[in-house]
Amino acid sequence: MKHVVVVDYGMGNLHSVAKALEHVAPSGWRVQVSADAEVIRHADHVVFPGVGAIRDCMAEIKRLQLDSLITEIVQQKPVLGICVGMQSLLTHSEENDGVDCIDLIPGHVRFFGKDLKGEQNQRLKVPHMGWNQVEQVGSHPIWQGIPDNSRFYFVHSYYVQATQSKHVIGRGHYGVAFDAVLVVDNLIAVQFHPEKSAALGLQLLKNFLSWQP
Amino acid sequence: MGLAKRIIPCLDVENGRVVKGVQFVDIRDAGDPVEVAKRYNEAGADEITFLDITASHEERDTTVHTVERIAGEVFIPLTVGGGIRKIEDIRTMLNAGADKVSINTAAVFNPDFVKAAADRFGAQCIVVAIDAKKVSAPGEEDRWEIFTHGGRKPTGLDAVEWAKKMEAYGAGEILLTSMDQDGVKSGYDLGVTRAICEAVSIPVIASGGAGNLDHLVDGIKIGLADAVLAASIFHFGEYTIQQAKDYMHQQGIEMR
Repeated sequence: MKHVVVVDYGMGNLHSVAKALEHVAPSGWRVQVSADAEVIRHADHVVFPGVGAIRDCMAEIKRLQLDSLITEIVQQKPVLGICVGMQSLLTHSEENDGVDCIDLIPGHVRFFGKDLKGEQNQRLKVPHMGWNQVEQVGSHPIWQGIPDNSRFYFVHSYYVQATQSKHVIGRGHYGVAFDAVLVVDNLIAVQFHPEKSAALGLQLLKNFLSWQP
Repeated sequence: MGLAKRIIPCLDVENGRVVKGVQFVDIRDAGDPVEVAKRYNEAGADEITFLDITASHEERDTTVHTVERIAGEVFIPLTVGGGIRKIEDIRTMLNAGADKVSINTAAVFNPDFVKAAADRFGAQCIVVAIDAKKVSAPGEEDRWEIFTHGGRKPTGLDAVEWAKKMEAYGAGEILLTSMDQDGVKSGYDLGVTRAICEAVSIPVIASGGAGNLDHLVDGIKIGLADAVLAASIFHFGEYTIQQAKDYMHQQGIEMR
C-alpha cells in the first residue's frame, strides 16, 4: 500500500489538502495527516503545506525539527511544498522584518509592495488573491494533462524568486514576474493552492502522486 | 494576462437547506447545499460563499456537518459566514474545511475580534462582511452607513471609514452587501462599491442586487469590484455560471 503524508505543524487548513489527495489518490493509497517524524520518514510521498505568517511557520518548523527532517527526506522521496510551505523552503523571506528559512532552494521571498502596478499602470491589490495564469517555462511530469497558461488559485502577499532559473518550471505575473512552481530533484514547490484549483489543481496533485523522480 | 475577476455564487443556508431571501424577508428554497455547491463547482464557479442564517445555536452542528460535506467534494475556495462570533467558531469552520470565514455583526460590536482573528489565523482567511445602506438625502453628498440585524439596525458607522478600519485591523477581503439592493435584482449599489474599492487595497466582493449579467459587468467595470456575488440569478437557472463568464469576457473582463 502506498502512503502519502501531509505534514501537520499546526499552520493552517490541512483538511482541504488531505481531502483533495483522497479524491485523486489511486485505490490502494492511504492519505494521512501527521507531524510524527517516523510516519513522515516512512511515507512514499510527502506534502508540506502552510498558511499564515512566515515567522510563526518557521518557529513551528524549528520547534518540531521539521527543517532537518525535510532536508533528510527530500534525498529519498517526492515532496510537494504548497504556498507558505513553498516559501519556507527558500533561503530567506523579507516578511516579518526578515526570517531565515530552510534553504533547500536558493532564493528569496519578497513583498509585492503597497504600490503594485499592472501593465496598464492600474493599481493591483495585495494580497494577490484569486485565479491567475501559470506559464510553463520548463517541462516536467507535474504538467501532464495541464494546458500551458492554465489558471490556479493564489492567495499570497509575498512572492518567490529563485536564484537559479533552472529551478523554475512555472512562472506567474502580478505586477512582477514571480516563481509559481519550482523543482529541485525530488522537491516540487507551488505558490498556488492545487487543492483549491478545481479540476486542474486536482490533476496536478494526481501527477504528483504518480511522479517517480 | 492577469488576475481573473471572480464569480461567487452564494448559498444562504438555514437548517441545512439553501434558501434565498428577497430583501431578507421572502424566502424560497433552492435545495441541498452540497448538491448546489457541487453543481456550481462543475459549472465553473470561482469560489463558493456559504452564509448560515440558522437562528438557533442548537442547529450549528448541522452547519458544521454541511461544511464538511461540501469541503470533501468541492475543490474551490469556500467561505463560511453567519454566526461567527468567537475565535472558537473560526477554528471550528476552518477545521470543517472552510478556507475563509466571514465576520459581520461581531466585527461591528467588537472590532478587536477581527484583529485577534487575523493574528491567529492570518488575514487571508478573514473576510469582513459589511452591510451598507444609503443614508444621505437626495441632493446631499452620498453617504452610506453600516446596518446590522439584516438591515434593520443602524450603527452610525460610516461604511467607507469602516472598510478602511477593517483593512487596518487585518481583514483580508471585504464582502460588501448593499441593503437597499439585496434581493431586488436592480443591480449592485455601484456608488458605495466604488467608494469602498477606491478606499481600500484589499479585494472587495460586490453583493446584493444582481439581477442580470450587465449588473455583474457593472459591478466590476463601474463599481471596481474584484469579485461579484450572486444567488437568485443562478439558483433559479436564469443564467448559468458559464453564460455569465462568457458575457463578462465579451465585455473585456478577464475571467477564468
